[in-house]
Amino acid sequence: MSYDEETLAKLLRMFPPAPEGWVRAAQELPNARDALDDLVARAEADAELRRRILNDLEAALAAEGVEPSSALLAELRVRLSAD
Amino acid sequence: MPSEEELVARCLAGDPEAWNDLVRTYSRYVFAICSQGYRLQGADAEDAFQDVFVRVYGRLDTLRNAEALRPWIAQMTRRVCLDRIAAGKREEPSDVEPLGLEATLEELDEAFAVREAMAELSEECREILDRFFCRDESYRTIGEELGLPAGTIASRISRCLARLRQRLEA
Repeated sequence: MSYDEETLAKLLRMFPPAPEGWVRAAQELPNARDALDDLVARAEADAELRRRILNDLEAALAAEGVEPSSALLAELRVRLSAD
Repeated sequence: MPSEEELVARCLAGDPEAWNDLVRTYSRYVFAICSQGYRLQGADAEDAFQDVFVRVYGRLDTLRNAEALRPWIAQMTRRVCLDRIAAGKREEPSDVEPLGLEATLEELDEAFAVREAMAELSEECREILDRFFCRDESYRTIGEELGLPAGTIASRISRCLARLRQRLEA
């Protein structure tokens, strides 16, 4: 492939940065995962807590310091519903 | 850029900095597939982006060949985008992909290779090229941010592009 200036410019322009907040949230996933596991473990041991979490999943994650992305919310819902 | 094998091995060993590197290395690629390949925007694009990295994080130990990390992530992104489009239309998961998708994805793979080559340039060249082409900053802004006369930015861009070309054609 020939990499003239025009081609290089076009290819470079195809890679704008993803929004900073999105990248940060993705980088926080390992911590979010730990918090999620902890939350599920506590909910398994406390039916009232589990009910409250299921009532407001977003608030429950936010209270743990986790950005409530749709993927994490879906996972939390599935894990609590399956228990 | 670290090699894919090295990155995967470090992630699987639980090195938190490795996961940060992985996200940093592939965030633009995933974002580009979502927004340019599948034309997802706003909350749909953000949800798809996060969902891809949730899946990558959760399934990295199932990746058989660490050298295939990029195509694996690309495939996962395509699946997530199709699911997102189907969810928006309240349909069953679809396999119907947007027109021109394959050509766009081929170009994005080339763009990824250019990005890898760019990582071998000097920090100043990386900054200038990234700011001008990827972040669409003006000569003036780049000059102010990097402490360089705005009048010299055009010639530096040209010089850095020539170096990038040398790397790619070496």
